[in-house]
Amino acid sequence: MADENWKPKIVAIICNWCSYAGADLAGSARTQYPPDIRAIRVMCTGRIDPLFIMKAFQDGADGVLVSGCHFGDCHYLEGNYKAAKRMFLLKSVLKNIGLEDKRLRMTFVSASEGAKWATVMEDVVKTVTELGPSPLGESAR
Amino acid sequence: MAELKKKEEPKIGVFVCHCGTNIAGSIDIKAVMEYAKTLPNVAIADDYQYMCSTPGQNKVVEAIEEHKLTGVVVAACSPRLHEPTFRGATKLGGLNPFRFEMANIREQNSWVHMHQPEEATEKAKDAVRIAVAKASLLEDLIPKSVPVEQAAMVVGGGVGGMQAALDLANAGIKTYLIEKEPSIGGRMSQLDKTFPTLDCSQCILTPKMVDVARNENIELLTYTEVEAVEGYIGNFDVTLRKKARGVLTTEEAEARGFVGGGCNGCGDCEDVCPVIRPNPFELGMAPMKAIYVYHPQVSPLLYTIDFDSCVKCNLCVDICGDKKAIDLNAVDEFETVKVGSIILATGYDIFPIEEKHEWGYKNYDNVITSLEFERLICASGPTGGHLIRPSDGAVPKKIAFVLCAGSRDNTGVGKPYCSRFCCMYSLKHAHQIIEKIPGAVPYIFYMDIRSFGKMYEEFYYRIQDEGAKFIRGRVANILEDPVTKNLHVNAEDTLLGRPIDMEVDMVVLAAAVQPSAQTEATRRLFGVSCSQDGWLLEAHPKLNPCGTTTAGVYLAGVCQGPKDIPDTVAQAEGAASAASIPIHRGEVELEPYFAVCLEDICAGCGMCINLCPYQALSLIEKDGRTVMHVTEAKCKGCGTCGGFCPGGAIWMQHFTTPQIVAQIDAFLLGGEQ
Ligand code: FES
Repeated sequence: MADENWKPKIVAIICNWCSYAGADLAGSARTQYPPDIRAIRVMCTGRIDPLFIMKAFQDGADGVLVSGCHFGDCHYLEGNYKAAKRMFLLKSVLKNIGLEDKRLRMTFVSASEGAKWATVMEDVVKTVTELGPSPLGESAR
Repeated sequence: MAELKKKEEPKIGVFVCHCGTNIAGSIDIKAVMEYAKTLPNVAIADDYQYMCSTPGQNKVVEAIEEHKLTGVVVAACSPRLHEPTFRGATKLGGLNPFRFEMANIREQNSWVHMHQPEEATEKAKDAVRIAVAKASLLEDLIPKSVPVEQAAMVVGGGVGGMQAALDLANAGIKTYLIEKEPSIGGRMSQLDKTFPTLDCSQCILTPKMVDVARNENIELLTYTEVEAVEGYIGNFDVTLRKKARGVLTTEEAEARGFVGGGCNGCGDCEDVCPVIRPNPFELGMAPMKAIYVYHPQVSPLLYTIDFDSCVKCNLCVDICGDKKAIDLNAVDEFETVKVGSIILATGYDIFPIEEKHEWGYKNYDNVITSLEFERLICASGPTGGHLIRPSDGAVPKKIAFVLCAGSRDNTGVGKPYCSRFCCMYSLKHAHQIIEKIPGAVPYIFYMDIRSFGKMYEEFYYRIQDEGAKFIRGRVANILEDPVTKNLHVNAEDTLLGRPIDMEVDMVVLAAAVQPSAQTEATRRLFGVSCSQDGWLLEAHPKLNPCGTTTAGVYLAGVCQGPKDIPDTVAQAEGAASAASIPIHRGEVELEPYFAVCLEDICAGCGMCINLCPYQALSLIEKDGRTVMHVTEAKCKGCGTCGGFCPGGAIWMQHFTTPQIVAQIDAFLLGGEQ
């Protein structure tokens, strides 16, 4: 790893009804977690166009997290199933272009799982930190 | 889109909230505010102690006018809390309310990075930059108003559901009350007395059941379950499964041409029925025929056939004779009703306490649950109100009560939460045996006595004075004497600091409560979330305890979390009031997040059509081309179509592709792009 003070840049695209609410709950409970992730709110993970994720990596993101409701709990019935399928495909695309597929992660965090959200944050930051800077990072800037 | 082409110079106002020290305690507000001023498109940046207060909101209103803003960003708490507030301020300033964007720097920043002020401040700057990028691309949106169906539905006919239905009906609203069992009344109808007043449960419940049955605005549907739910606030289509009852009401009989026929509750059929099975209402402690009513107070007074045990011998049909009330070939029927709002009041079940093997429930005859105690002490129960030992019918004199049985239990078997009403009903049970059985002594094994309600603590003192013995300590195990069937209760008296081995005649376990068996299926039908322990999740624990995140669906009673009867009734009245609001207003505004087809780009491939869970999309011919068309009234705005469209031809309002990409770029490439 280049520099031990290096901090990853991670984008989280999360659904309004479950994961965003879960993240808020972690806040109300003052559960502390690493500050390296920036969240973008969409109504449902079904909204997430693979383009958004490719754009994030192209812009130099070191990791992308997609987080939605548990299967069966999506506010719009099945958006998360569609998203999960897309993420699955996208992971193989990432491999093909030479990015570690672990840089993309999909999780399911419900509105009552504040503690789980914090664990996911820790986990994602740890995984991406171990992977180090994205090889696309330099060219982006 | 017209808005797309119309180029306007974005002018954004940024307002950073201190939220007292909630945000300012770990984020350098001035630094964030000064940083915002350097961002492209930002015309003004300001900060304030409490942005949500009147002076705070006025800052937004005034800045919009003074700086001719095109968009507003407030960096404060979660949009799930105050987005509506600041949309209101944005509107007041003369802008379309959807020109507002919130940066969450409290729940997802200052509160979770309390000891990392530098990182938190950097994260807040990023959040503001991301929000400004989105705000620069926001458009005017007009929410659509839809008329509200002038009817409501309550699911669950316990005391909470009944109260909610009565309130709605008395407010003039047609209300469907759905109950899965053959009679309304719920858990409360199984209780003998209620604490701390010692009112007889039936005496206060039965008049309510009669009111429900007689109320012209209530359509009571017992032995009925929810099969499917479609639609949204104001316009729900609920499909009901009316389970085959096998017995006709007078109206149903008349409809079949048997005038004067139908069930009159005479009970002759029950007498001749040869099938005997355990009575679920009496928790298996009494027999029941295949054709049955639960108890004499049932409402409606109408027999029901349990087709799982019925042998179709026809004896009941013969004895019913000319009333022709019995139809052994009945099948489930389905009906769809339209309602504007819905209250869930699906109640609770008792935790299967036999899973705590150490207490021997179901292995030892004389270990019973509190609900079984209620039936045994109740005058209308299987023993006529005489408390006896199941093993030998003897009257118990020394009775141990085990509180928190399976509640406040982190062992993995049991529930971590407090079931909330067990302390109080156990005190009541202690009172009842002292009153009914001369010389009987209750021994109450407790962790803490939680007597939180009005007159509860006084009731606790009263029971102490009456001679109940209290032992502070959790019961480790219970062993049965195989000859006498007496029980040895082993515990530690934590006040005296010594172990106890007490021989008693009977043990009553105050078992934990858990969401009723069908809660999980029901909540999924209605799109309601649950907390980790399975209770239905309220929209906000303090400020919206009756609402859910699904607009138009409300909660009442224990389905939302353990509570006693007064709290259940109070919440039911709250839920009824909330559920009546959209109905009385007559129309609701839906968030205008629906999909729009960019017809110039749409290739008419139709890939999106099957992705839509609401059948809102179709292909139409327009100017000689095939393009996709959105039925706005059906679209709920999830964006699943927009996340897929290979040509980028779907414009998801308020979450457009340019807006989201701008947010991503703003974070990763900085504001200067
Ligand atoms: S709403 Fe959360 S994933 Fe669909």
